[in-house]
Amino acid sequence: MDTEKKKKKKAAAAAQEAAGASTKLPQHLQDQKTRVFCASDAPTYQNVSYSGAYMASRIDDSLNMADFVKNLKVEIKSLTEEEMVFDIIGIDPAIANAFRRILIAEVPTMAIEKVFVVDNTSVVQDEVLAHRLGLVPLKVDPRNFEYRTEADNATEKNTIVFRLKKRCWEEGPKGAETRVNEKVYSSDLEWLPLGSELPPDEETKFTAFNAPQTAPGGQPIAPTHPDIVLAKLRKRHEVELEAHAVKGVGKEHAKWSPVATAAYRLLPEVILKEDIRGDEADELVRKCPVHVFDIEDLGPDGKRATVARPRDCTLCRECIREEGWEEKVALRRVKDHFIFSIESTGALRPEELFTEAIKILTDKCEKVLADLF
Amino acid sequence: MAAAGAGLTEVGSEADNTAITFSLKDEDHTLGNALRYILNKDPRVAFCGYSVPHPSEQRVNVRVQTTGESARTVFKSALSDLAVLCNHVKAAFEKAVEEHKAEQGVEPIEVDEESD
Ligand code: SF4
Repeated sequence: MDTEKKKKKKAAAAAQEAAGASTKLPQHLQDQKTRVFCASDAPTYQNVSYSGAYMASRIDDSLNMADFVKNLKVEIKSLTEEEMVFDIIGIDPAIANAFRRILIAEVPTMAIEKVFVVDNTSVVQDEVLAHRLGLVPLKVDPRNFEYRTEADNATEKNTIVFRLKKRCWEEGPKGAETRVNEKVYSSDLEWLPLGSELPPDEETKFTAFNAPQTAPGGQPIAPTHPDIVLAKLRKRHEVELEAHAVKGVGKEHAKWSPVATAAYRLLPEVILKEDIRGDEADELVRKCPVHVFDIEDLGPDGKRATVARPRDCTLCRECIREEGWEEKVALRRVKDHFIFSIESTGALRPEELFTEAIKILTDKCEKVLADLF
Repeated sequence: MAAAGAGLTEVGSEADNTAITFSLKDEDHTLGNALRYILNKDPRVAFCGYSVPHPSEQRVNVRVQTTGESARTVFKSALSDLAVLCNHVKAAFEKAVEEHKAEQGVEPIEVDEESD
């Protein structure tokens, strides 16, 4: 009985091993599956999404969570308050692109949506000024606020009110006057934690704050950059207005987009198909405008070209443009290696933006799941 | 045709539950393409594709045809798989950020409040 069990186990192990041995695709298919080929004329991207595509080689290409967890790698390359670059390895473009799209269009921020102009004698028209105000990035965490619909009153939970009042005049002796308050800056936006100070007219009550707004950290709410010029003034020109910021997402208007850029590129791979030595090595090093190649000194054997900085390659294809070089150098991209870069406009840190984006995609799934039941 | 929830309509035949088009309101390529990928990687799926019928209509249609399983079940498992996948990416990303911050030593400096 015992021996029989053992036998069975052995047989199963052998079968597994045999299966393991055959779970490798032929090299050309493996390359086609994992790489983009960049020939001198055009790149070829073969996308096979069907899970049973490699059944002939007895390879199950279905999504296996355990394998996904094992293979996924995230490496942070640089991270500052405003910008980050990181690698995600082992993910499909469909997912990476979902994150990118959400970063641009669906992670909320606060932006000025309504401008009540009391006085504007500057050369910038009201609507142009209002548009410029809308695009000013605000340094405030949108997670502390609610969306405001048309039916809602403007309260401390959904609206941030700013006042802007500036007048230009001239000073000094006649003939040598200097202008004061020549420019209206984003720093002139003054936060009103108690809500609108405009007198309510018959139809419009501008805000209905129940309590004063608070800003975490004790700093008043203000634009991210104090030095954005909104308008220029001349003698006796004056701007007086109130700007109301609300929460929104980038797909409604780009002013709510939390990123300046959110983009990815695939990791370039530069391969020397044969040894490149001597003058040819020098030539290759000279060809590349971003210095991907280096020379390796082999002492008495002369010198040889090496691929030193493949990550810097822009796939400009200059190195394979001339006759004969395509046989020596292969340019590829790694299909599941994404170099992601996110540049925030300042409301949230880039790493927070990315986690928010992932959360939004999860929420979408959960919302549809709830609808299905 | 059956209306399941507010944001979702299912189009399929009463007699055959292996082929259904799920029409998701207020969604676009973001979710459509991600689901298409997950579904195509499911061995129970014979065909899956998605389309946005009109660019100015906030809607995406996801077509699922299976080899026998109920299309609804498969669609549900794709949605939960995608959520699990996201959660894992999030965990991996947060871990990488933490490690990077520790390495760089830019951990926010703890303000000693007791020394006041
Ligand atoms: S493709 Fe352009 S950047 Fe890349 S190695 Fe060749 S010459 Fe350099």
